[in-house]
Amino acid sequence: MNRRMVFYMIGQLVKAEAVLLLLPLAVSVIYGESCVVPFAVTVLAAIAIGFAFTLISRPRSKVIFAREGFVIVAASWLLMSVIGAMPFVISREIPNFFDAFFETVSGFTTTGASVVTNLDALSKGVLFWRSFTHWVGGMGVLVFIMAVVPSSADRSIHIMKAEVPGPIVGKLVPRVRQTARILYLIYIGLTLLQTTLLLCGGMNLFESLIHAFGTAGTGGFGVKADSIASYSPYIQWVITVFMLIFGVNFNLYYFLLLRRFRTVFKSGELWTYLGIYLVAVTVVAVNIYGIYGNVGECIRLSAFQVSSISTTTGFATADFNNWPDLSKAVLFVVMFTGGMAGSTAGGLKTSRIVLLFKSIKREFSRMLHPRSVSVVKFEGKPVDDVTLHSVGTYFSLYIGVFIGIFLLVAVDNFDFETSISAVAACINNIGPGFGAVGPMGSYAGFSAFSKVVLSLAMLLGRLELYPIMITLSPSTWAKR
Amino acid sequence: MKVIVAGCGKIGVSIAADLVAEGHDVTVLDSDADIITDVTNVHDVMAICGNAVDCETLEEADVEDADMFVAATGSDELNMLSCFLAKRMGAGHTIARIRNPEYNDKSLNFMCSQLELSMPINPDLLTALELFNILRLPSAVRRESFSRRRFEVVELILDEESGLNGMNLIKMRESFKANYLVCTVRRGDKLYIPYGSFKLRAGDKIGLIAAPSEVLKLLKLLGVLKKQADSVMILGGSRTAYYLAKLCEDAGMSVRIIERSPERCAELSFLLPKSVIINGDGTEQEVLLEEGLAETDAFAALTGQDEENILVSLFAKSHKVPTVISKVNREEMASLAGKIGLDRVITPKSLTTGILVRYARALENSKGSNVETLYKMMDGMAEALEFKVGADFPMIGVPIKDIRFKKNVLIAGILRDRKTIIPSGDDAMLADDRVIIVTAQQYFNDLSDILER
Repeated sequence: MNRRMVFYMIGQLVKAEAVLLLLPLAVSVIYGESCVVPFAVTVLAAIAIGFAFTLISRPRSKVIFAREGFVIVAASWLLMSVIGAMPFVISREIPNFFDAFFETVSGFTTTGASVVTNLDALSKGVLFWRSFTHWVGGMGVLVFIMAVVPSSADRSIHIMKAEVPGPIVGKLVPRVRQTARILYLIYIGLTLLQTTLLLCGGMNLFESLIHAFGTAGTGGFGVKADSIASYSPYIQWVITVFMLIFGVNFNLYYFLLLRRFRTVFKSGELWTYLGIYLVAVTVVAVNIYGIYGNVGECIRLSAFQVSSISTTTGFATADFNNWPDLSKAVLFVVMFTGGMAGSTAGGLKTSRIVLLFKSIKREFSRMLHPRSVSVVKFEGKPVDDVTLHSVGTYFSLYIGVFIGIFLLVAVDNFDFETSISAVAACINNIGPGFGAVGPMGSYAGFSAFSKVVLSLAMLLGRLELYPIMITLSPSTWAKR
Repeated sequence: MKVIVAGCGKIGVSIAADLVAEGHDVTVLDSDADIITDVTNVHDVMAICGNAVDCETLEEADVEDADMFVAATGSDELNMLSCFLAKRMGAGHTIARIRNPEYNDKSLNFMCSQLELSMPINPDLLTALELFNILRLPSAVRRESFSRRRFEVVELILDEESGLNGMNLIKMRESFKANYLVCTVRRGDKLYIPYGSFKLRAGDKIGLIAAPSEVLKLLKLLGVLKKQADSVMILGGSRTAYYLAKLCEDAGMSVRIIERSPERCAELSFLLPKSVIINGDGTEQEVLLEEGLAETDAFAALTGQDEENILVSLFAKSHKVPTVISKVNREEMASLAGKIGLDRVITPKSLTTGILVRYARALENSKGSNVETLYKMMDGMAEALEFKVGADFPMIGVPIKDIRFKKNVLIAGILRDRKTIIPSGDDAMLADDRVIIVTAQQYFNDLSDILER
């Protein structure tokens, strides 16, 4: 293991975080708030830690392999969350460290699960940082570093593979760095577009930015206790559409820019993603008609909630805790399907679902015709058995991790609905679940132990299991 | 510059890797998904899985925007066809690897013009030419001419008995008066661009630059001149062996080829009437000795097995064969072979990539960079770049000793009108001169980049 390079990259990341922390610091200064000091202290601390890391471990060789890629990503995210929690603790706005850590991890992993019961008590700077972590975590910080710092590591594709979600990571252009830049430019462009549209709807600049960050990262932190419910229908529709947009594979936007419409149009994953969405919206809309009795409102509420949950954002315009059980069941299912690979959304990803169903179909036909040979095709290309196998393994591991975390959280003795939906909402990076953790509730009631476990679940979900599990496994660190 | 490399075999991958290091945007094509995954894990390239003669694959690789298209798949016909398609679809320059000797005769030119190929490339022939150069001048490890044969670089290894051991370069210049310059010294894995006080040691590999007319005189002076090989024994009847034997035959040397397969022996004996073809296992020492290994002037191990080549070369060396050359395909093996005492190791891969990198550089000149040509030296550890001195160069007329250069940069030669100058401190660069810059592990795009700021 190239430990020096691992520490060096982590140092680079901490420095980048120091730069990012300047934004909430500026917000605090603009609003003249007392949380200027905590942010300033954190920035200084991050700079000190960052330089300590990069100065102490100057790498002799910049070559990294898959193992270093995983470790760099996992360790960076842990350290980044610890540093990101400092402003909350120092400003005493979230005084308990475990609460603050949970909140930060929830931010970076774009989960949006909150332990804050009274949002009005938070200062503007802290609110901004909370939502900004969504935006940063959505596309990945290390990808950001790759886009900005020239040739920071040889074979940096391993870092990108570990941080960008999805079973297959494709490059858009020959250079990793160029690819990272294009992704970030698209990301920034879409965020600005949404901010503008929200401003047009009469929202003020601060809240527009907060909600654009929350949507872009598919996070879900807002500024109000009832999330988006009290905003106008126009704003609700803008957010509905943009949540869907950020759940789409970003490569498709690049193809749109290149005017390769046919590639986009023929994407099987896109149609499956939209298909699942439309079916779920229809079922929920019909199901809740009895409560609201107004077709327009049913469609709006259903479209918003399904969009929010299936892209793993976690905004809400209605307390779906009170909806009929069928609607809740549909929402629970789309929690797992998630967005498309290569988007900022969490969950299993549509491409994995498609591949799983295709391999099940192949298995069926193999049972009926034992000698049959069939190749699984995806996006017009054959998928090799290694990829199919790894999708199957990922799914099994996912279920295993889910069960393990569920058992650990069950120690807190909440009702079944709360516990299982809390775990599902955390591991899929959604945020609100059902019961006590519903859209109008919070995670404040959990014990410190459960909060740590759920934080881990969020990281596992965001980084797609392997980086965290590999870093925690002793054999990674053993000298051969 | 955008480059597409079709075919990710040994050569294809190393071409891609070298072009990436040069700063080009490289896309590779291969039909094997596993290979594609491997390549993207190791190199910063975009990889597309598909057939290189499939228009859809080529379209996906953006062939219309590619400045250079290299086809290096295992099949000549595939290479030609994919280059042809690429050209028709808008690629700038197309280069195909064409290995089959049947295509590498008079028909090659016709084919190239019909297929609009910019350059055919034949690694076997390149290797054979390189080997032939060594046989003609066995004292040098390598000899290469530059700038339309106005300069020659000779690479030598100092053995234990060499008179140069322990001598510094100033003294060397005084003792051996000729027009030359020591431009690189390789010691172990390190490469030096030496100054006057640099002391030479046994085991060093040195690179000398001189005018071609001076080279023989210089080698004589240094006492390292060996006579040209008259008889050569070749192990393995590969295509490279065929080309080499042909060249040697034409130069009047006696050639013996030892080959395992009887069918190939028959073919070779048909193609090479003057050579002696022996059917036998060259790894058996008995066979080699029987065929007169001890008396031959030169021995070249050219089988497909690196290990076999290295071991048999060591055996030849132990029988005091004056010139022993081993072909080693894998670069990491080549440096190992050097460490255990084989001084003439040839890697066909690096010869091929060297030519392509040079070609890419030349292409890029036409859009911005001012490097006229580029040569790889000392196993790719150093480079010689040729620049034209523009009228706006700030150091025109200033004696070289008064110019402050960056570290590890040397002005190794100046071409003025038709005169070849090996510069000393008092010479100066003038407008319209061409200068040769020797540098280690640095890339320069303009002559003024070499100045210390």
